[in-house]
Amino acid sequence: MSAAPVLERPAVEPHQDPALTGRPDVRPTGHRLGPGRRRRLAWLLGPSALLLLWTVSSATGLLDPRILSEPWTVVATAGELLADGRLQENLAISAQRAGLGLFFGIVVGALLALLSGLSRVGEALIDGPVQIKRAIPGLALIPLLILWFGIDETMKVLTITLGVFVPVYLQTHAGLRGIDLRYVELAQTVGLSRAAFIRKVVLPGALPGFFLGLRFAVTGAWVSLVVVEQINATSGIGYMMELARTYGQTNIIVLGLAVYGILGLISDGAVRFFERKALSWQRTLAG
Amino acid sequence: MAAHSGGLTAVAPSGTAPSAVTSPGGTVSVRNLIRSFGPKGVLNGVDLDIAPGEFVALLGPSGCGKSTLLRALAGLDHDVRGSGVISVPERVSVVFQDSRLLPWDSVLGNVTLGLREHDAEARARKALAEVGLAGREKSWPHELSGGEQQRVALARSLVREPQLLLADEPFGALDALTRIKMHGLLQDLIAAHRPAVLLVTHDVDEAIALADRIVVLDSGRVATVRTVTPEVGSAVDAAGHEALRRDLLADLGVEPVASH
Repeated sequence: MSAAPVLERPAVEPHQDPALTGRPDVRPTGHRLGPGRRRRLAWLLGPSALLLLWTVSSATGLLDPRILSEPWTVVATAGELLADGRLQENLAISAQRAGLGLFFGIVVGALLALLSGLSRVGEALIDGPVQIKRAIPGLALIPLLILWFGIDETMKVLTITLGVFVPVYLQTHAGLRGIDLRYVELAQTVGLSRAAFIRKVVLPGALPGFFLGLRFAVTGAWVSLVVVEQINATSGIGYMMELARTYGQTNIIVLGLAVYGILGLISDGAVRFFERKALSWQRTLAG
Repeated sequence: MAAHSGGLTAVAPSGTAPSAVTSPGGTVSVRNLIRSFGPKGVLNGVDLDIAPGEFVALLGPSGCGKSTLLRALAGLDHDVRGSGVISVPERVSVVFQDSRLLPWDSVLGNVTLGLREHDAEARARKALAEVGLAGREKSWPHELSGGEQQRVALARSLVREPQLLLADEPFGALDALTRIKMHGLLQDLIAAHRPAVLLVTHDVDEAIALADRIVVLDSGRVATVRTVTPEVGSAVDAAGHEALRRDLLADLGVEPVASH
């Protein structure tokens, strides 16, 4: 036998099949190109490291509290604002705006994508205007929206909706158009009705694209929310931060940022959770 | 009109291939079928009849139009120009070279696809048991081997009790051992369900083993038709088997090698 390098593996891990414990497990270890098995809560590592860096540099005095408040000050501020009810009040109104904008944006984006993806007439009518809308930064529409709708909730929700529907439309449309024609043929040979075709082939086939669009949309919703709340609002997290700026309260500003960050993280995690559930049939690198 | 007369994605432009009509007796008849992609004729006047329960293999070199003929019978050529009269039975099933299972649906969901009857699920379970896949109903398609996926595709086509089964090189992508097993399975299934079959293949031995009649297509025309008696088709060492094989290879323009 040739002396091929055989690497000895460490002892069998305890959670493995007990029948195998103690038996030698010697195998050549080829290098793997995939990222390996998924580990629970691994995504927390990056944010935790960032938090640790902030705490350490504040504690050692490396970070001037006038530049960035200490983490514990921010936590204390959160406690005070929670105690007098301002935080939850502003959070509720912000969440409501983002939620409504997201909801309408997702519905409009998905519907337009379906109409444009399933019929040539729909595509001719819808795709052009959406591409033009995409070229215009969503926030550039705010002056016009203020003139049309004033500065009340309608204008705020509409701004968010306009920012949300574009990525949902684009990705869902791309997903739809990417559905293999072979499946369309199959649908014809098994005699699917148009409704069943949409339910069984089109929607599941477009779902990966839809979820990708959803993740962009969720992030986009928070971005639009910040802008509309800091330009003209008398409530919401953005208003709270804007007010804090005029009084030089760094701690409240940082708290607002932290709240936005946490909201963004939670909503992205929620989308990814539903994505994994809905797309469990996929075999991908993400695992 | 046949069940598959309309496209699901777009309206066919005028001047394209006319749809098939449903034949009353369950027979297949094709008259003077012409199909062309661009200026080049792919089918140049094909006539073909298939009796109920008859197994016809369509043999021919690449590009001779055999898949085009099968797709015309399946009603899958909305955008192809042509003329001719096709009549097919009401219930037609198609098996493709790829299993064409929807990756986002379970094995059971793939078999019941498009079934409207209330007992669809029970029938699908029975069909899966028939192809030897009982217990795999909840699996995702990607969890099955290539041969198993093609067996699901067979179950999906047979659960509809087709009067005509159209098979476009269904075993072409399988390894040789799996292919032999699939031949046996297909023969059993056909004996049980008695559909007429049109099998497109480029495998002479497969055609002899399975078919009652072999139609050789060349340059968009029926070149020769050869009948396979049950005795000849039953075994490779049956009398007349080698002669038929040699004749078919000659029809296809292949000089047989002395031994292999």
